[in-house]
Amino acid sequence: MSNKRQRILPGFHLTLGICLTYLTLLVFIPLSTIFIRSSGLGWESFWRAITSPQVIASYKVTFGISFLASLTNAFFGFIAAWVLSRYRFPGHGFFDSIVDLPFALPTAVAGISLTALYSQNGWIGQFLYPLGIKSAYSLIGIYIALTFVGFPFVVRTLQPVIEGLDREIEEAGASLGASRWKVFWKIVFPSLLPALFTGYALAFARAIGEYGSVIFISGNMPMRTEITPLVIVKFLENYQYQQATAVACVMLVISFLILLIINALQHWSVLIGQAKN
Amino acid sequence: MSIQAYNVYKTFGSYKALKGVNLDIPEGKLVSLLGPSGSGKTTLLRILAGLEFPDENKNTQIIFHGEDVTYIPAGKRRIGFVFQHYALFRNMTVAENIAFGLSCKPKRERPSSEEIRYKVNQLIELVQLEGLNNRYPSELSGGQQQRVALARALAVNPRVLLLDEPFGALDAKVRKELRRWLRKFQEDIKITTVFVTHDQEEALELADVVIILNKGEIVQIGSPQEVYDSPASPFVIEFLGNVNKLKGGLNNIPNVIRNTGILYVRPHDVDIQLQVESETDYVLPAIVRHIFSAGNYGRVALESLPQREPFEAEISRNRLRDLDLKPGLKVFVVFRHVRLFENDSVYREIKI
Repeated sequence: MSNKRQRILPGFHLTLGICLTYLTLLVFIPLSTIFIRSSGLGWESFWRAITSPQVIASYKVTFGISFLASLTNAFFGFIAAWVLSRYRFPGHGFFDSIVDLPFALPTAVAGISLTALYSQNGWIGQFLYPLGIKSAYSLIGIYIALTFVGFPFVVRTLQPVIEGLDREIEEAGASLGASRWKVFWKIVFPSLLPALFTGYALAFARAIGEYGSVIFISGNMPMRTEITPLVIVKFLENYQYQQATAVACVMLVISFLILLIINALQHWSVLIGQAKN
Repeated sequence: MSIQAYNVYKTFGSYKALKGVNLDIPEGKLVSLLGPSGSGKTTLLRILAGLEFPDENKNTQIIFHGEDVTYIPAGKRRIGFVFQHYALFRNMTVAENIAFGLSCKPKRERPSSEEIRYKVNQLIELVQLEGLNNRYPSELSGGQQQRVALARALAVNPRVLLLDEPFGALDAKVRKELRRWLRKFQEDIKITTVFVTHDQEEALELADVVIILNKGEIVQIGSPQEVYDSPASPFVIEFLGNVNKLKGGLNNIPNVIRNTGILYVRPHDVDIQLQVESETDYVLPAIVRHIFSAGNYGRVALESLPQREPFEAEISRNRLRDLDLKPGLKVFVVFRHVRLFENDSVYREIKI
């Protein structure tokens, strides 16, 4: 007697095998070499590499501004997703498709055009600089670039969820005398929260890793507007491979922890909807 | 509270969902809007609720207890609406769902949280969901969710209760139970109630008044007995229960003058005899095709002679046993109650 379970859909072993091989070759092995290479450094030099003042400053810039930029995206992306999925207006299709532009545009192109727009003589920068807003070669510039690249993640995550909302639920709220605002805040928003967290997490992950668009607009001043990916590149240019991988390690661990927290939040917000006693 | 609606029209794009509906619902009645899908019954209910508004027309009026509410939105009409798929708030517990309407009231009208809690418990008891206060909708069965939706709608002391296909998504047994429960419940609290259904059995069993719609128009209003016994049109007779339709009109029946109408006879008004027992005008020779002996009644499929039009008879099981019918046997049928429709409404009713 064979006790092998019969599956209704064929191909489980084959697809699982392909999936695991793929993940191992493309994700797991490359990531593990980071740890392996940096481990050659010895504990003391490792610590020195990852805690030098310049590197610490770059962590603050990268994580701090990624956090703010994806928060901004969560807010405006939510509004954009809401408008695009709830209303039909002239040019709807056009606006819907330009949401994807930050996905498709080579990041260097994005960086160059953003710099051109927001620098002191740029179309937008010329109005911001007199107000004391240094919109290029500053932290604000990094913030603009990271907001730009993260935007589609929030919109594209929320859109299908908003479209799938049951309109009857809103009508039920309205028929019970709730105002539009109350219906939104008490009924609609809680059901969109998990998707919002997912969109936020994706935008945040993208922002942490962003390099191409940022280096053009940030000015790359050590200790002030230098992002961690740039610090890594600088180490590499000086043939300090082990230091580069050490910093990469730290980024990896911090990113992983942050995504873990966001996932937990998302899980929790799903649970609100269907908690067990 | 009474409801009147006059000249209600509704178009969606080029589709005319309602073509001038007039109705008058007396206070405290349980009324059903009955019709096939696409008849406009749900649209009419939603317009009564204020979830949808009728087309602009100076003659259109919807009146609740003497007050014109035609363009007043649902939230201000003091109605309770129960949605077909319940539309419970999934992120809230049973108690929170029921309390929602009360906690949304403006500050000066809002009861204190103790009063809300008391009211919620009262309603939970009323709909027999004791002990489920802190459950989430996803943890309840369909019938329980239905009752939460009802309690939630009742929490705001509505003047009218409107239900859209209230039992549509439930299985047959639960549906029957809940139907009886709703009937008793409505009798107890005496709230004017309108429900939409496409199930004629449900409408006839539950309602005091049945409003039958077809293609955006009301075709008949009456008590269940009235609409069943005196259908106003071929549509109504075909829609309410089983009926045999014999296109030959009275040509089927020898000795009756030729007639061009269509003859309708309910299966339970057809009797089968082996010999002609009495010489009446409504005896027709027929041939037995098939016998269904399972069920509450014996059903016999027959074909008229000589036109060979198929029809059905419903006779008691005892009678069926006594007759000892076999397929192919030639018999005589007696139509005890026939209706003859000409065009769409003019008809002759013949009872013997």
